[in-house]
Amino acid sequence: MTRHFLTRRDLVASGAAAALCALFPGAALAVSSAQAADLVERMLVDINRVIDSGKSETAMIADFERIFRTYGDMPYIAAYAMGADGRRASPAQKKAFTNAFAGYVSRKYGKQFRKFIGGQLEIEGSRKVKNAYQVSTTALLRGQSPFDVTFFVGEKSGRFYNMYVEGVNMLLTERTEIGAMLDRRRGDIDAMIADLRRAG
Amino acid sequence: MPTLKTLPPVIAVLFLTACAVPGPGDAPDGIFDPQEAGNRRVHAFNKRVDSALGGGGEGGASAIPAPVLEGVSNVADTLRLPQTVVNQLLQARLGRATRNTLRFGVNATVGLAGLFDVAGRIGLPEDKSDFGETLHVWGFPEGAYIELPLIGPATEREAVGKVVDVALNPLGYFNLPDPERYYSVGIRAAGKVADRVAYGDTLDTLLYDSADSYAQTRNSYLAYRRYQIGDTETGAADYIDPEALDTEGF
Repeated sequence: MTRHFLTRRDLVASGAAAALCALFPGAALAVSSAQAADLVERMLVDINRVIDSGKSETAMIADFERIFRTYGDMPYIAAYAMGADGRRASPAQKKAFTNAFAGYVSRKYGKQFRKFIGGQLEIEGSRKVKNAYQVSTTALLRGQSPFDVTFFVGEKSGRFYNMYVEGVNMLLTERTEIGAMLDRRRGDIDAMIADLRRAG
Repeated sequence: MPTLKTLPPVIAVLFLTACAVPGPGDAPDGIFDPQEAGNRRVHAFNKRVDSALGGGGEGGASAIPAPVLEGVSNVADTLRLPQTVVNQLLQARLGRATRNTLRFGVNATVGLAGLFDVAGRIGLPEDKSDFGETLHVWGFPEGAYIELPLIGPATEREAVGKVVDVALNPLGYFNLPDPERYYSVGIRAAGKVADRVAYGDTLDTLLYDSADSYAQTRNSYLAYRRYQIGDTETGAADYIDPEALDTEGF
């Protein structure tokens, strides 16, 4: 799916961008490779702070949701997960889905983060691939061989939109999951959203 | 004189020529699964076996203390090393074959017959290979996705690789007396159980917490396997564009 038309917000943004570029000829709006690595670094620091806080699981998951929404490109991740079914969703359904989805990924991945207690993620470097940055990290967990986690940061959004854990792609996994949840409800979007609020 | 041992690889390679290659549009998202209905039945069976063995809950093998499981996993890994070395030689990866030979030497001696992964701590980490990877290096296509009873997910190419690996295993050529021969097989099977417990949470999520465990297992297996053998050309390695999506309203 490509975007075929400019929204009013895009026009305002590009107008503002043009004005900014005129003022600061050297400045680009898009993030740099170092900024992408920095975003991932700050996100990892925040995640570690939550893990070390010793809060209850419910409180931690609320914190993870805030982190997801701050550093992640939530509308993009949600739209990708819904796939072609997103085209027949009403604006209200889309909003409700994004909210339910943010809670679901926070619960699901938040539980995985518990394994990181006493472990760490080391940033190896970042490189530009087309209109995104790939930030490579190595996860060092107690009692396990090190493994690769790669974060993808959009050049334009400056937020992370995908992650690969040893080659397994989060966006594809979640699109498969949402597709299966929709199939189970025979394509009923509202019923799927209700299920999603309890899943993860 | 040709022995029966040479027979499985010959048959297996004959099967390879029958590896299906997807036509255009046959592999959406990099998944080529023409036998999905049959695979789903095998998956349901495997899942029943897994949960009978304690998967998805407490008890079963997960009740065994972690250090014991780690030891079992290490011994099984050491027993697999000669097979890895043979395959890396076949792939012309001499550096990795040499490092794994050293790894075998260290762990089989200082590591007390493989019980402790001493080599991993002195800069010779685990680096597995198998005949499925060798076939990839030689340029054979992946073929269709299949789920094998008890063994789990595979592709046609990996299934052939598994058969050949049994015949390639150098330990199989030592004429061990009967009980020891079965110990080796037993330890390798126990190693699989130990690994299942070690990756328990991840696999439990995949098998018991997903809306369609078959589709998620297939997804993860194919992505992980392609990543493991460095196959960046097949399927879902496609670039995902962070701007090419209408996010209006989300």
